[in-house]
Amino acid sequence: MNLDINGKTFQIDADPTTPLLYILRDQLQLNGAKFGCGLGQCGACTVIVDKQPVFSCITPVSALQGRKIRTIEGLGTLENPGPVQRAFIEEQAAQCGYCIPGMMMRAQALLEQNPAPSKSDIRRYMNANLCRCGTHMRILRAVERAAAFVKDGGKGGTAG
Amino acid sequence: MARRIILGLLLVLCVLSAVFVAFAWRTAIAPVEPPARSTFDTALIARGASLAAIGDCVSCHTAPEGKPYAGGFPLHTQFGTIYGTNITPDAETGIGRWTLPAFRRAMHEGVDREGRHLYPAFPYDHFTNVSDDDLQALYAFLMTREPVRAETPPNDLTFPLNFRMLIAGWKLLYLESTGFRPDPAQSGDWNRGAYLVRGLGHCGACHTPRNALGAEKLDLDLGGGEAEGWHAPALNAATTAPIPWTADALLRYLRRGADETHDTAIGPMAAVVNNLSAVPESEVRSIATYIASVMGPADEQRQKRASQIVAKARGANEASGSVSEVQRQDAKKSDLAPQSNGAAIYAGSCAVCHVALERPAGSASGNALHLGLSTTLSLPTPVNLIRVILQGIAPADGERGPIMPGYAGAFTDAQVGALVSYLRATYTDRPEWTDVDRQVRKARQSFAEAPE
Repeated sequence: MNLDINGKTFQIDADPTTPLLYILRDQLQLNGAKFGCGLGQCGACTVIVDKQPVFSCITPVSALQGRKIRTIEGLGTLENPGPVQRAFIEEQAAQCGYCIPGMMMRAQALLEQNPAPSKSDIRRYMNANLCRCGTHMRILRAVERAAAFVKDGGKGGTAG
Repeated sequence: MARRIILGLLLVLCVLSAVFVAFAWRTAIAPVEPPARSTFDTALIARGASLAAIGDCVSCHTAPEGKPYAGGFPLHTQFGTIYGTNITPDAETGIGRWTLPAFRRAMHEGVDREGRHLYPAFPYDHFTNVSDDDLQALYAFLMTREPVRAETPPNDLTFPLNFRMLIAGWKLLYLESTGFRPDPAQSGDWNRGAYLVRGLGHCGACHTPRNALGAEKLDLDLGGGEAEGWHAPALNAATTAPIPWTADALLRYLRRGADETHDTAIGPMAAVVNNLSAVPESEVRSIATYIASVMGPADEQRQKRASQIVAKARGANEASGSVSEVQRQDAKKSDLAPQSNGAAIYAGSCAVCHVALERPAGSASGNALHLGLSTTLSLPTPVNLIRVILQGIAPADGERGPIMPGYAGAFTDAQVGALVSYLRATYTDRPEWTDVDRQVRKARQSFAEAPE
């Protein structure tokens, strides 16, 4: 079956029940999304499908044919990070970093739907993603900073 | 001649209107200075707290993310939107100036201190059964809450329902103010339960279907109703629970929000069980005793079927591996519509929790229900299943509780529909739901309008 990931089409051969996360990591070497709980409860595996954040560890690939999947690799590069990535770096929002790709994908989805979220909008929206190091305060600041970047026209990066 | 008839009719209309206004008119009860906290006995306040929890007052009288009891909760009904009022003792915007008789009149007759008829969204058709002693305790509890200044938004009701006088007519038809009468043939426990269920608990407000005028259909008492877009399952003999409820199972469910062979409390019921976790156990046991008795004992056939289902669920939990071979084969039959194969979606999304492993009790991810045990799948309507799949299950802020991720972003309407139909066919022996697609669209729309 074919999957559209970050604007490219990938042909994959997999059992229809295989979670997207396994295909991303094991077949396509898109290792940004992480395996955390495997139950859709921590958010480390978050990617964007069409416009919505989705837990890739519990979403079977067969359900994603013909839909637009985006991963952290689609938000920018090391040389040219996207606004959300740049904001997370500037706030030094990562400690161990394991949850951060998921956090950034959820933040990206939020900012695409609501470019000027309030603090409580951010808290509510980011609620589904957990960080075990406890850098939530920095993560929340990073999302605010990313919103400011987006407002400035996304300078310094390519908006996803 | 024609003019005379018209004049005559107008006169009759005027007289009837005058009679109706005279009948519907209620005078104001004089306001008082808000009573000081010290005028209430602490034991009385504590008893009131427990009664308020049983009445789940907080749900309809608290806005999303608002202060408790300060009103502003939008209750969407077929007649428009009604906002729960501020029942904190604030003098200007709450009930601070209400006397106990004014409070009693509101609870028993549905008339506020100023003399205005209250809409029956406030379930005084149940509260009329609450004893004066209990009302006194509730009053003491509410009058000692933190006063919050918060204007309640105006109701948004369709014409002519915005005229409160009309409610007097509704009351004439549907409000029976006889009070609760215990059944001497039953135990004290049963009677206490009946009193709480029929009175303050107002279970029928959601669990009994309503007629075109919004009154509970007495012939379908506790036969399954509707609440905030959710189906409230039947609590009488019409129950479709695959595993018959017992008083013990109901007690566990009402206290902890879950019982091992029944669904988790979801939708508006989550707040109800959250409240009941803080109520003296004897009260909840009485409610459980009474509801079990209303449901009645299950016949032999149902019992037998239930033990088969439980055995199957146990077997599934003990089996190693995440998905049964049958399900794996079903999932591969995806030649026709691979994007909307319910079996594949179940195996890839649901099975990891609902079949895979028996996890330690009490862990956040533990105890996902084997779907054969689920009442949600056996209901006459798919709305609850659809809403859970789309929205997931989340505990209230700061509370413990079961969680399930929502799939609104992951699945298209067709995929949700395919999953819902697959689950119904696989885990129940009931006829397929016929309006799945429409209900999926409707549920999605309601979330888009009110994301809370």
